[in-house]
Amino acid sequence: MKKQTIDSRPAGPKPWYDPRVRALVFQVISLAVVCWAGWTLIGNTLSNMESRGISTGFGFLDESAGFGIIMHLVPYDATMSYGRTFWVGLTNTLLVSAMGIVAATILGFLIGVARLSSNWLVARIALAYIELIRNIPLLLQIFFWYFAVLSNLPSPRQSMEVGGALFLNNRGLYLPGPITPEGFGLVWGAILLAIVAVVGVRKWAKKRQMATGKIFPTVKVSVALLILLPLLAFVIAGLPLEWELPALKGFNFGGGISLIPELAALWLALSLYTASFIAEIVRSGILSVSQGQTEASKALGLPNGLTLRLVVIPQAMRVIIPPLTSQYLNLVKNSSLATAIGYPDLVAVFMGTTLNQTGQAVEVVAITMAVYLTISLLISLFMNVYNRAVAIKER
Amino acid sequence: MIKAISVAVGMALVAGALTTTSVFAATTLESVKQKGHLQCGVTSGLPGFSQPDEKGSWTGIDVDTCRAVAAAVFGDAKAVEFTPLTAKERFTALQSGEIDILSRNTTWTLTRDASLGLNFAGVNYYDGQGFLVNKDIGVDDATQLDGATVCIQAGTTTELNLSDYFRAKGMDFKPIVFDTSEQSVQGFAAGRCDVLTSDRSQLAALRSKLADPNSAKILPNTISKEPLGPVVRQGDDEWFNIVKWVLFVQINAEELGITEANVDDMLKSDNPNVQRLLGTDGDMGAKLGVPDDFGYAIVKQVGNYGEMYDRNIGPDTALGLERGINALWTNGGIMYAPPVR
Repeated sequence: MKKQTIDSRPAGPKPWYDPRVRALVFQVISLAVVCWAGWTLIGNTLSNMESRGISTGFGFLDESAGFGIIMHLVPYDATMSYGRTFWVGLTNTLLVSAMGIVAATILGFLIGVARLSSNWLVARIALAYIELIRNIPLLLQIFFWYFAVLSNLPSPRQSMEVGGALFLNNRGLYLPGPITPEGFGLVWGAILLAIVAVVGVRKWAKKRQMATGKIFPTVKVSVALLILLPLLAFVIAGLPLEWELPALKGFNFGGGISLIPELAALWLALSLYTASFIAEIVRSGILSVSQGQTEASKALGLPNGLTLRLVVIPQAMRVIIPPLTSQYLNLVKNSSLATAIGYPDLVAVFMGTTLNQTGQAVEVVAITMAVYLTISLLISLFMNVYNRAVAIKER
Repeated sequence: MIKAISVAVGMALVAGALTTTSVFAATTLESVKQKGHLQCGVTSGLPGFSQPDEKGSWTGIDVDTCRAVAAAVFGDAKAVEFTPLTAKERFTALQSGEIDILSRNTTWTLTRDASLGLNFAGVNYYDGQGFLVNKDIGVDDATQLDGATVCIQAGTTTELNLSDYFRAKGMDFKPIVFDTSEQSVQGFAAGRCDVLTSDRSQLAALRSKLADPNSAKILPNTISKEPLGPVVRQGDDEWFNIVKWVLFVQINAEELGITEANVDDMLKSDNPNVQRLLGTDGDMGAKLGVPDDFGYAIVKQVGNYGEMYDRNIGPDTALGLERGINALWTNGGIMYAPPVR
């Protein structure tokens, strides 16, 4: 029989019986095994590639690319490096993703609310849209928009034109491009000032409403500020704006801003597809707010629009935001289908052409995966921050 | 207790799986013989080079190259399975071991030979890059293409050559890059681009796929050298030699006048070159690691180089390509194979 030691605290179990010690030991061992497995895999891959004569390392990023890219938001030509093609692809992906997220959110909210409308026709049209678009694979929709839109537009020599400044043909939509000489800096400053002023006015108006109950026409004043201040600066600086008109030079239009059909088709397909999912999410969010809220706000005399905007949607956002984040991430990842129609996004340019020209599949795919992971994590981080900011603080 | 045991077993399995990755790696010839068939990487459908017909059987000069290798190794030209690949995935498929040989009208370049861990086992077609344009745009020469929109297939030497050519001539162009050759033809037919560029042999094949083949013409300019041939993995010299010499045997067979029709009679020939090629004398096959009558099997089942050419891309086919520089060296071309001895 063990002697009981008379101590001020009870004797704990021996280390190898102590569940906390055991848990710690097993966790350390598991972590060590996982790290060792990862290390072995990477080492094995590298040594296999070397023994087969496949070049490794990231040195290829400095080599000259030698191929052209049709659309680039950063300056690019064929003599620049593969690293530069990475940036071209990345900016293109971010562009179509941002445009897609904005369009899909707006459209999705509208359709989601329409689906719940008391107007029979509006609700049915929204239902038909959702069911149709949700159930057709995105790739098919992209092909549809690309070839359907493309085949209906005329060739450059027979473009549709509006006022000699806007041209539409199957090579793209061409708009006049603004050339901004030096004087335009004042206008940029004025726009910035206007934005700051708008934020300030909103804060001040809210405070005044909380204190005295008087409503201030914030929206009208904000719009006026945003338009009039830059306009004033523009006039003061002496109208420093010229337009570069697109003109047919040989085979294609040159000058001005152009929107290539690949971008338009991809943006359209992505937005419509994701909007149908967002519509259902919005509908579920709105339905999650208890009926009592709507009835109470109607009893207070708030009209339907204000009820929706001030009472229902803020509460519905709690349910909407997490699945909405998933849809945004889906949209960003689905933008990689751009390879099917030749839009030069990250996958098409970097993981497609650069990978094939350099042959370094492992490095290129690893970089691309890391980039998509980073973009997705940033989006979900931002959405979570936003969620916490607008969350209703309950007791 | 059970949890501890299962964790321990799991870790042991992981450790075991990882340490056995560097197991004895079989050579390509051994694994091919074990499989019983050759895994051949081809295009997803390019007339004349590798295309499945409506019943799913493959034809084309690249397909026949693979069949010749199978005839040499197994004595059966039908012991081949085909893997359709896009231009972007073809090298990764070969590097990873998914296919044994890549016969996909691949251009032999230094970068591909040196930095991808691959070896080019010869040239079965000497080609060059050209341009296909619509007759309506009124262009007769590639130097008039400044500012044009060009449809290309992704991941090919075509993209690079195009850039170099236009830059050298001080011209500008807009590239539209597609994944497969069918999509690039669709884009060209839809009017998305003015010009379609690819190897001249491919242009002939792609033009035949258009709704109205006569609406497009191939410009006379050839802007690059494109030696097309089969590719194998580096580090496996035995397999490399086999594939190399299968092609050389076919070229030598045409030089010696051995055809599918007369090969059985040629078995009785006294010409020592014919005897060595067909295996009635000498042990050429054994030196390579294949049966001694591999030359006979190749010519009997697939034909010599000229027959392979004429059957798939010759003047009487839809592609209508003359032998040109692909004729034998004795006929004004550059097809020259080292002697089989």
